[in-house]
Amino acid sequence: MDRFRMIFQYFQSSSESVMNGICGLLALASVKMYSSFDFSCPCLPQYNMAYSLGIMFVPPIILFLCGLILNRQSLVMLEEWRRPQGRRKKDLAAIRYMCSSIMQRAMVAPVVWIIVTLLDGKCLICAFSGSMDPEKFVGFANVSPVQVQQLLAKVPCKDDELMGNNTSRKAVSRYLRCWSQALGWSILLILIIAAFLARWLRPCFNQATLLQARHWSNYIDIEQKIFEETCCEHSRLFAHKCILHFFESMRQEIKLHSFSRPREGEGVEGKEDLLWGITDQDQVNKLLKGWYYEKPPLDVSQVTQR
Amino acid sequence: MDKFRMIFQFFQSNQESFMNGICGIMALASTQMYSAFDFNCPCLPRYNLAYGLGILLVPPFILFLLGFVLNNNISMLAEEWRRPQGQRGKDPAVLRYMFCSMAQRAMIAPAVWVSVTLLDGKCITCAFCTSVPVETLGNASHPRLSQGEIQRVLARIPCKEIYNGQELIANEVAVRYLRCISQALGWCFVLLMTILAFLVRSLRPCFSQAAFLKSRYWSHYIDIERKLFDETCAEHARSFAKVCIQQFFEGMSTDLVAAHCHLPRKAPVDAGEAAEKLLGITDRGTMNMALKSWHRCKPPLHLHPPVIPTGNGWAGEGQPPTHASVPRRETASYYSWV
Repeated sequence: MDRFRMIFQYFQSSSESVMNGICGLLALASVKMYSSFDFSCPCLPQYNMAYSLGIMFVPPIILFLCGLILNRQSLVMLEEWRRPQGRRKKDLAAIRYMCSSIMQRAMVAPVVWIIVTLLDGKCLICAFSGSMDPEKFVGFANVSPVQVQQLLAKVPCKDDELMGNNTSRKAVSRYLRCWSQALGWSILLILIIAAFLARWLRPCFNQATLLQARHWSNYIDIEQKIFEETCCEHSRLFAHKCILHFFESMRQEIKLHSFSRPREGEGVEGKEDLLWGITDQDQVNKLLKGWYYEKPPLDVSQVTQR
Repeated sequence: MDKFRMIFQFFQSNQESFMNGICGIMALASTQMYSAFDFNCPCLPRYNLAYGLGILLVPPFILFLLGFVLNNNISMLAEEWRRPQGQRGKDPAVLRYMFCSMAQRAMIAPAVWVSVTLLDGKCITCAFCTSVPVETLGNASHPRLSQGEIQRVLARIPCKEIYNGQELIANEVAVRYLRCISQALGWCFVLLMTILAFLVRSLRPCFSQAAFLKSRYWSHYIDIERKLFDETCAEHARSFAKVCIQQFFEGMSTDLVAAHCHLPRKAPVDAGEAAEKLLGITDRGTMNMALKSWHRCKPPLHLHPPVIPTGNGWAGEGQPPTHASVPRRETASYYSWV
């Protein structure tokens, strides 16, 4: 139990590590989603392109939005951006820093999806088989243009009776797959070079401003958390006081109604304190009914201390 | 529990051992990536070489750069390299040490990829199938085929199902030949890397060991100092936020008292502590006002003098409160420049 608390506290203490964790989980989820998704090319001339480009671009948008939603800092940043100035100036550098860090983390899962899609190749084969030049491939050279389009559109479907074992189909498939994988690796290479340059070159420009922006963005985050904790604490105490006041007023009422019953001595009085003078079923029922029908006002300024 | 904490702290305290862990994970990830990747030779004359060599060389380069990107020390190195000298001199030996240690760790995953690729053989088979010596392995006396045709036929060697040059050279023979060369290259590569690593490790103590110890110590020091600085800043931000919020609520309750000064507060004597804990807010209207004010009119980042000795406005004006653990000089070089 202690161990969990320690790990939890470690992650909570640095919200950056929480966000990195979420980012990694989303990337893994995106790989898993792709492998469990059953890609099924329609193999029809007009539909191929729409289907495969849809599969290539719509899930990344969804993953990007998920990355923004799951990131607590995006709300903090929006709030800081939109709040009225009041007595505290707004630090645009901190807001920009938060925005860029949120965007970078949200972009990881969509990029992973696109790269996995390209390296797998099915999407591009489905999208561009219809745009191939039939002259390049032996099997399609002597066919009428309309039929060529139909046949090319059927290339991604291995189970088709007509095209199943056609060597030209396999050649087109291989060719497109090769391009798809080359594109995937190139995009990955470009992104990694960009990330490397960003990490290497960032300290060379405005390092002091960056440290300040990072510190104040961290501060805004912590301040928000502490404010929420303080409000929680306050509402706990408020509720406690309110309920104490309610029980006390119930006790006063009961005392008033049963003023004829003599007090039964100090020892019992001590016990009664814990029971608030409510010692039988009727009184409890009355208390519960009172709690439901007539909740006490939200005002403890006049409450007496017990 | 203590043991766990100790291990945890050990990994965290030493960036190098943390990086060793990452390095091992990346090596495993690279073998996993290779087995998950569906190698697909295009079986066309010019494309084969480009594809095969691309798969052999591009992912290792990506893994190498990734090794740098994942290493936190890189920004530390760049920062140390570019910082103004100030009152602390710079030691190029320390920078060199940091760079070498990062580069060595980053080289492991690419080396694993290249070895696995060569030992598997598909890449070399695809890249060099058109250069197979047909005279020695096959039937070179095939008069009807032109050079281009032969190239096209040979390019299909990796694709067994579309290979149509069985009379020219048997598919099995060519694949076996290329695979054998690929595996030999692979084992030689592994041997070479291991010998290099062995030499680097065993010869280093023979040359300038004292300087090496010094560089290592100071590079660890820079790493630890940076971490401590970040932690201290976070601690400070926490305390700052707490006091700021407390003063905000106090300010609210003072305003309320001033506004309702004709109604004396009927708080009983012994309710002092409770009232304090309630931060002076005892009804719904006041709480709503406090929440509205928190959004509309956040308090300035300026703590009142009785609570904290020095205030701190935006954009680093004035001296921030210093802590004993943070070296004053470092603070001056980062903060006093704005």
